[in-house]
Amino acid sequence: MSTEQKKEGSLLKKCIRNNGFQTIIGSLLCIIIGLFIGYIVLLVINPQGAGKAITAILKNFLYYPSAAAAKKYFGTTLVKASALLMCSLSVLFAWKVGLFNIGAAGQYVIGAGACLYCGLKFGMPWYGCLFAAMIAAALVGAISGALKAYFNVNEVISCIMLNWIGLYVVNMLLSNVKEQTTPYTRPLSSVNKSALLPNIGLDKLFSKNEFVTIGLLLAVVAAIAIWILLEKTKFGYELKATGLNKNAAKYCGMREKTNIILTMMIAGGLAGLGAGIFYLTGIEQWMVQQTSVPAMGFNGIAAAFLGGSNPIGAIFSSYFIQHITSGGTYVDKTMYCSQISDLISAFIIYLCGFVFFFKVRLNRYLDKRDEKKGGAK
Amino acid sequence: MAEYAIEMLNITKKFPGIIANDNITLQLKKGEIHALLGENGAGKSTLMSVLFGLYQPEEGEIHKNGKRVTINDPNDANALGIGMVHQHFKLVECFSVLDNIILGVETTKGGLLQKEEARKKVVALSEKYGLSVDPDAIVEDITVGMQQRTEILKMLYRDNDILIFDEPTAVLTPQEIQELLTIMKNLAAEGKSILFITHKLAEIMQVADRCSVLRKGKYIGTVSVKDTTPEKLSAMMVGRDVNFVVEKKPATPKEVVLDVRNMTVASKHHKNNAVNNVSLQVHRGEIVCIAGIDGNGQTEFVYGLSGLEPLKSGTITMNGADITHLPIRRRLTMGMSHIPEDRHKHGLVLDYSLEDNIVLQRYFEPQFTNPFGFLKRKEIRKYANRLIEQYDVRSGQGAVTKARSMSGGNQQKAIIAREIDKNPELLIAVQPTRGLDVGAIEYIHKQLVAQRDAGKGVLLVSLELDEVMNVSDRILVMYEGEIVGEFDPKKVTVEELGLYMAGSKRKEAVR
Ligand SMILES: Nc1ncnc2c1ncn2[C@@H]1O[C@H](COP(=O)(O)OP(=O)(O)OP(=O)(O)O)[C@@H](O)[C@H]1O
Ligand SMILES: [Mg+2]
Repeated sequence: MSTEQKKEGSLLKKCIRNNGFQTIIGSLLCIIIGLFIGYIVLLVINPQGAGKAITAILKNFLYYPSAAAAKKYFGTTLVKASALLMCSLSVLFAWKVGLFNIGAAGQYVIGAGACLYCGLKFGMPWYGCLFAAMIAAALVGAISGALKAYFNVNEVISCIMLNWIGLYVVNMLLSNVKEQTTPYTRPLSSVNKSALLPNIGLDKLFSKNEFVTIGLLLAVVAAIAIWILLEKTKFGYELKATGLNKNAAKYCGMREKTNIILTMMIAGGLAGLGAGIFYLTGIEQWMVQQTSVPAMGFNGIAAAFLGGSNPIGAIFSSYFIQHITSGGTYVDKTMYCSQISDLISAFIIYLCGFVFFFKVRLNRYLDKRDEKKGGAK
Repeated sequence: MAEYAIEMLNITKKFPGIIANDNITLQLKKGEIHALLGENGAGKSTLMSVLFGLYQPEEGEIHKNGKRVTINDPNDANALGIGMVHQHFKLVECFSVLDNIILGVETTKGGLLQKEEARKKVVALSEKYGLSVDPDAIVEDITVGMQQRTEILKMLYRDNDILIFDEPTAVLTPQEIQELLTIMKNLAAEGKSILFITHKLAEIMQVADRCSVLRKGKYIGTVSVKDTTPEKLSAMMVGRDVNFVVEKKPATPKEVVLDVRNMTVASKHHKNNAVNNVSLQVHRGEIVCIAGIDGNGQTEFVYGLSGLEPLKSGTITMNGADITHLPIRRRLTMGMSHIPEDRHKHGLVLDYSLEDNIVLQRYFEPQFTNPFGFLKRKEIRKYANRLIEQYDVRSGQGAVTKARSMSGGNQQKAIIAREIDKNPELLIAVQPTRGLDVGAIEYIHKQLVAQRDAGKGVLLVSLELDEVMNVSDRILVMYEGEIVGEFDPKKVTVEELGLYMAGSKRKEAVR
């Protein structure tokens, strides 16, 4: 083997051994397999429309032939994706500290309730509403954290219960600010325009889609901030140590109880902000008779893992999941029910566990191959 | 019939940055106890893991009874009758002893577990070999000694006849060690072949037939134990003569650095107190040793001192300041260093890199964190490299090696480097040499003496009587949570100490 070839070989090898690289490959694989299974299900339900349906899901806003319309709906997908991103950040942040924040869904609900109530009832401006959403959700997160830290109550259980408590509290609260004739809250645009997030010209980029706001930027900034916090700071070092070995954290004097509570607070705050940047665009009103917790928080779990529990990865995975979820609405409803896209994203989500599996398998294969070659390292 | 039960021929195993086994040949005779000796990181555990199918060697072959075999995973090893007790046990903590033993080889009928038969077999085995266990106890509640017996029963239950023991004695009390050695002899007498890793030369002299020595991944040689001496073995192992006697000048105790009064700590296991009304003082410039049999309250006493467990009553004064109610971080920054008993539980974050573990006690200092809360990665790397060099911490990739992949002894060295380099006023060292090779032990003992001579107070907790007698300036014996005697190591015999440790003698009113 010439030295040139050798160099190339080792570069490739380095790449293939790289953790991030493996995560990306794994995630892409599970997306492909998920779509494939989805396609088969579509075939089984109705063989004629399957190809069209799967294209519709993948095309999402590209369904519109006019560039302007496509741009507009691209904007809408982005708005939803940014809320999803916040939820997935919430999940992955807690995950890094060894906690499973299935409560992101409930924290999101509380955030929605807080910002809408502040906007509609008290006429607060957008930043006040955002702040309220964040604080309220952080407090709910702190409840789970404190239960875990002081009474060793499993956070999954307390989170699930708080999800339901949150939903009904918010339904009750927002009944005060709903429209007379419908179960929806009154639109912010007619009650209190100051509560709407500023567009700072972003709407122009998306064919005057007024829902595209600074929320997008906030979400991306939050992702980067979380990455920096986890990887570069003393605080992140402490939190991760607590997550990896609680006893060692205690031994070296980290306040592991405080850290657990703080983590859940931050996770809650992130989910709450997610609700804020979604509802404060005015894109949707809250339906006060909802009997199920909005899926946003749960999808956040999927996005977090699909993104390899990396904040930057989450940006892409959140967008993708939202892309196919939105794409689902363009499926021909005479052939399939509209939940079909949920089903496909559920497959992909289900396959997220596969990312881990894939990495283990790949490494084992690489080890074996290296061994056969006489271990050239 | 072939003479050798197992032959490992020209085994080479590489890890990133290191050749853990470099062309090693090891031949295990039928019915012998074969000791494997080598410094920390010499590659003993790796070699055994190769035999047990956990790692695939890059080169070399394994023969059983003269026939070549391939061992791809522990199941293959099991099928060949090879069993292993790992350096760090591999039991399911929340399962019962019985469940752990049968795990993987359960007998079922119609898909249902048939535990009764298994239980009978386990009970019969444990009686036959004197391996007393309670089959229904949950593993997390039992002592390490019993966990180890569970591991041994696991091997016997599977009818293994090649038994690998990776540092089984490191975590046992002297009594338990003697029991274990007897059991090993019985097993060998029955025709089982045993591979035995230990750092304690006396144990090798006592039970082993032959001993193979590794150094830095290379095979040095095999000797017959009856033709050798501990000195020869250790010279073979580290490549120089090792001094077994700690050289030190008489202590010159100065002012009190630690003053504990009437400390009482509740027990987690029984309703009596784990530590009962203990008072003691440590002066600058002396090494005070707490001796005793494991489980007599030493662990809880140190937990109380370091703040890991709350006190029921009593006061702790360090350097004149009352630290009884201070949080752990405050105690540490006020000059306490603590080499913990359990390196995996407290001492290390195993999934952090070596450098991150090295700054575990100091990461928050301005030296390593800037005023905005960002870690100074460059400084951390520099500091870690200095300690790695100075304390000879060996690993595959230096500062960025995951702590989990390091050999047990080198993990310990990293902790010791971290705690000593903090330049403490009071150094609490609990079993600091557990799992270290004789060369490293010599080095650590020198460090403890150097700390003493630099005017630090050293509180050593040890189960090893040799260490107690060799290193300390003053010995306190702890029995059932109380200090039952104070001794000058120069004026007391090991036998005398033993009587106090076993509780058959005690002095009243020691201070
Ligand atoms: N899984 C692994 N990945 C990378 N390096 C490893 C791994 N396991 C062991 N090593 C490296 O191989 C070398 C030999 O380790 P090994 O555990 O075999 O030593 P040992 O002789 O058992 O030492 P000790 O007496 O300290 O237990 C060490 O330098 C260690 O860092
Ligand atoms: Mg080892």
